[in-house]
Amino acid sequence: MVENRPLLNFVSHAVLIIGAALVAFPLYVTFVASTLTFEQIMTVPMQLTPGDHLVENYRQVLTGGTTTGSRAAVGGMLVNSVIMALVIPIGKISISILSAFAIVYFRFPLRNFFFWMIFVTLMLPVEVRIIPTFKVIADLGLLNSYAGLTLPLIASATATFLFRQFFMTIPDELAEAARIDGAGPMRFFWDVVVPLSKTSMAALFVIQFIYGWNQYLWPLLITSEESMYPVVIGIKRMIVGGDAANEWNLVMATAMLAMLPPALVVLLMQKWFVKGLVETEK
Amino acid sequence: MAGVSIRNVCKSFGAVQVMEDISIDVGDGEFVVMVGPSGCGKSTLLRMVAGLETITSGEIAIDGRVVNDLEPKDRNIAMVFQNYALYPHMSVYDNMAYGLKIQKRSKADIDARVQRAAGILELSKLLARRPRELSGGQRQRVAMGRAIVREPLVFLFDEPLSNLDAKLRVQMRSELQALHQRLKTTTLYVTHDQVEAMTLAQRMLVMNAGRAEQIGAPLEVYSKPASTFVAGFIGSPPMNLIAGRIGDKGRTLACDGDVHVRLPEPRPSLDGRSVLLGVRPEHLETCPERDAALRPDIDFIELLGSDSLVYGHLGADGRGARVAARLHTSIVAREGHLPLRFGPEQMHLFDLDSGKRIEG
Repeated sequence: MVENRPLLNFVSHAVLIIGAALVAFPLYVTFVASTLTFEQIMTVPMQLTPGDHLVENYRQVLTGGTTTGSRAAVGGMLVNSVIMALVIPIGKISISILSAFAIVYFRFPLRNFFFWMIFVTLMLPVEVRIIPTFKVIADLGLLNSYAGLTLPLIASATATFLFRQFFMTIPDELAEAARIDGAGPMRFFWDVVVPLSKTSMAALFVIQFIYGWNQYLWPLLITSEESMYPVVIGIKRMIVGGDAANEWNLVMATAMLAMLPPALVVLLMQKWFVKGLVETEK
Repeated sequence: MAGVSIRNVCKSFGAVQVMEDISIDVGDGEFVVMVGPSGCGKSTLLRMVAGLETITSGEIAIDGRVVNDLEPKDRNIAMVFQNYALYPHMSVYDNMAYGLKIQKRSKADIDARVQRAAGILELSKLLARRPRELSGGQRQRVAMGRAIVREPLVFLFDEPLSNLDAKLRVQMRSELQALHQRLKTTTLYVTHDQVEAMTLAQRMLVMNAGRAEQIGAPLEVYSKPASTFVAGFIGSPPMNLIAGRIGDKGRTLACDGDVHVRLPEPRPSLDGRSVLLGVRPEHLETCPERDAALRPDIDFIELLGSDSLVYGHLGADGRGARVAARLHTSIVAREGHLPLRFGPEQMHLFDLDSGKRIEG
């Protein structure tokens, strides 16, 4: 909008600032709480300026968890979460890009049938098929393992569909030019399709990293050993019984730690992420 | 270098036959243009030569070797596409070198070939750029460069100039011609633009609805169109076609709208036959009323500068054939009656039913 109206400017800025504050305030409280001692956090009202226990609290959760709730070290859980959040998007992207490549560029019997099979699974989220999936993973002996944590979440209709849509915008002549140049299908895939898909891959990676990081229900079902918990479950297990029994300062420190990696991934890959969603480089 | 021979080639998509029985022998180093309206099958034919489309029946041979079952890369051809089909993520250099890299040629060889092609096409300063940083004409040149570096037996061009603006098209047309003169590589060129076809071709193949209407040198196609389709397609505005009947023992032709023409020489064998009289707009000239063969009433005039296109109709009731004439602007009246004549050698006769040329 090109009109210049001071009152409108003022109002719109006020709305934006209030909105931002509303979103940021709980985060700020979490941060402040993670720097206080147990006694400080129990006083009402809780102080809203950072305390001086930042280092102690974070060292405590990273190495030893809480004293009243779960004693599992958050450091190990963070490692588990990172593994999950990396394996899931990488696996998803590799499998989806290959299946989309097959569906778009190869003519094989029942091609459309297979596409629709994949597409239909979009309607079945993890939660709907969680019991049979659990049965399969349990029978394969994959409980309490990284394979069990990641494999069922790797198959992805969404990513396949996104790549398919992207591939269909690549002009056919490009594939034909490659054929005349003598590039076989896989050579074309590596030399042309993959480089062109980079931005889409980055966007998908960001989305799927957060998806993998935030998994709660599935790890809750198939892990029973503390050493395999991701950090999201760790937070829940620190909270035991009544309000007074919980070391909220430590729980908040863990929450801060759990928030950091996805935020970092989004910040670092923001440029690519936006490019992948809006730009088609052809 | 080598020729291409296309023998009795047919193409069907499922039950639909889109091309029937096309045969043409393209000589070594020849520049042949396939021209026709959209959907006439000219691109399909080119893609069959390239190996991007299967051949339903018939045979295509390049350099004497039947290539029906060969992959595009084994046919020793290079193709330039309408939308250039440059690899967007590669530099100009890599775009040209890609095919050579796949052939596992040495770095020095690749570099020499790319530099040479870049020199010919004046791309030397642009080698590090990406396609999106180039103008349309430059992209077109890169696409040609990609074809040149392969040093193929045959160049295939699929409407390479239709994405360019009019001025650039004229410029690239002459560059293409110069390139062919320099490299003397056998070239098959597809276009729907008759001007491109006329100017570039050594021989042209005029196609319509999957059939070859005429094969011949541009001037031959222009002066002796084999059918009413060719007569209408080559030349702008298209040839005037006026239905009539031959009478007086093959000496005269009478058409609706009070047209009476004396045939250059008597054709007794044609007596009583229904024919189409064809005269090109540029072959009509004004004349005194008593000499006129056609007397159209003027409908409207398009000024082109020194020349004008005059459109009119024959017959007082307005139902006669439409006639176009290309005349010098100074002699054109705005409206009314326009007596026109044409030389006997400028006259074409076509069979009314089949549309085929009646030789004579």
